[in-house]
Amino acid sequence: MNELAIKELLYTLADNQLILGHRNSEWTGIGPILEEDIAFSSMAQDKLGHSLAFYTLLHELGESDPDTLAFMRNAAQFHCCHLVELPIGEYDFSLIRHFLYDHAEAIRFEYLAQSSYEPAAKVAAKLRGELKYHLLHANTMVKQLGNATAESISRLQQSLNYAFPYALGMFQPSPYEADLASSNIFPRESNIQAQWLESIQKILAQTQLQQTAVHTISPVLGGRLGQHSEYLQPLLDEMAEVINIDPSTEW
Amino acid sequence: MYGGGSIFEPVKLDELAHEDPVKLAEFEARIQRGEKIEPDDWMPALYRKQVIRMIEQHAHSEIIGALPEGTWITRAPGFRRKMALLAKVQDEVGHAQLLYSAAETLGKTREQMTLDLISGKSKYSNVFNYPTFTWADSTVISWLIDAGAIVNQMANARGSYGPYCRALERICAEESFHLKYGHDAVVYLATGSSKQRQMIQEALNRWWPPIMTFFGPADKISAHTEILMRWKVKMATNDECRQQFLDMYVPKVWELTLTLPDPLLRKNEAGTWEYTEPDWEEFKQVINGKGTCNKERLAVRRMAEEKGAWVREALLKPEATYVKPLA
Repeated sequence: MNELAIKELLYTLADNQLILGHRNSEWTGIGPILEEDIAFSSMAQDKLGHSLAFYTLLHELGESDPDTLAFMRNAAQFHCCHLVELPIGEYDFSLIRHFLYDHAEAIRFEYLAQSSYEPAAKVAAKLRGELKYHLLHANTMVKQLGNATAESISRLQQSLNYAFPYALGMFQPSPYEADLASSNIFPRESNIQAQWLESIQKILAQTQLQQTAVHTISPVLGGRLGQHSEYLQPLLDEMAEVINIDPSTEW
Repeated sequence: MYGGGSIFEPVKLDELAHEDPVKLAEFEARIQRGEKIEPDDWMPALYRKQVIRMIEQHAHSEIIGALPEGTWITRAPGFRRKMALLAKVQDEVGHAQLLYSAAETLGKTREQMTLDLISGKSKYSNVFNYPTFTWADSTVISWLIDAGAIVNQMANARGSYGPYCRALERICAEESFHLKYGHDAVVYLATGSSKQRQMIQEALNRWWPPIMTFFGPADKISAHTEILMRWKVKMATNDECRQQFLDMYVPKVWELTLTLPDPLLRKNEAGTWEYTEPDWEEFKQVINGKGTCNKERLAVRRMAEEKGAWVREALLKPEATYVKPLA
């Protein structure tokens, strides 16, 4: 078992979920409609819970405890993609991000549940049921708003165009990808991307939204290797604001 | 959270003059027998108006109350607190949803209630016009404001309007978890480092005066509400709720060797709590828009409504017509 490869994979999974969970939680109290406010808070809780589960696996492999990993690292030590770092913007962007991200996440969890690395397989098998609801939510809202008013269609279209290069950045390969794939721990990102495209296209085809040809878009890469957007460090500073008052004590 | 200290306007009894005396007598007899009033039952217009006002204020308090605590979700120290606070504030938004539905059963739409909130016409609990300066302020709200709300809501859950009572039963069940979370977070600060103790003491000092006004003005100066009590709209007087709250929670604060900023606060031999009378003039000023955060709270709500307008419009199916929610 290649421990470095596994750790890198776990960090990537956990960091993406933590940062997106944090972003989604920013909708709590200001959603466009109470039901969506509640839905985003609920998904944020799930994402935070998922990240905690993967940080816990890292801790079992000798890394620091989950709170230290989540709250005390700086941006360069994070492995998340730029898509999850971006500010929540308006609801159309947050919805499209959630749609693009969770279609990929659901595929990841299905593979992970079959992983030869058993601890992750167990976690994924336990948590993947929650992803179904995230997908159901994203698909329902995208289908509804993507077919409703001229404004809703145009907003979703603009957000889709804006988010797409970032979404492709979700599939940046691990430096250990060959190892992970050959030892049946986790498949190649290109496989996941191909399935993801199919999966989102199925839904987009039921809307009035157009998707540009993927090969014309350059992905926004770097996150997995610690190169982040300008938005991550301020987010992390905010997250650690209270804990940093006294990191040596319990809160 | 967060109902409590509902502001009832003086009841004008001449509004009852148009009511059918036989129906009115039967209505009052039903309440007397402990029956619940349901949405399609006959009720005096004054009852409908006051119940809508009360549930609506409660709903607004939930949604506005989500703001002072909500700003701490992104800063909560550690996974345990972050997830618990997020779940708690989500519950509050869920309570607003339940309560708006309960009020809608009486004929006022959620949209109209929202408009009345952001125009400043409808009120919400006054305590949310005070700022949360530190993490410790948010823990004081989670513990003591939720505790106050439970005192109030447990009483109101025995009231006469069926849909409101049923909503309150569900709400109180969740509130009891909030109380545990809030108490736990306060205990960690009170028993933690000297810096943490200082934070929680300062937060208590800041929040005690607003907490003392949470149940509304003293009985001797509040609007006459006898008929609302007879109709089981209001179930306990403001002072009764305040006494019950003090009796349950002052000892718990003192147990943590924290102090409360009122030199007169004590339980006398008759078992009644004595305290410095809150500044009801300030209370009146704040509730009428002059508090530290009134403008900010309403501005955030207005921003959320305006930015969300296109979503709500797009979710309305053309064939949809207004449907009164099931009670």
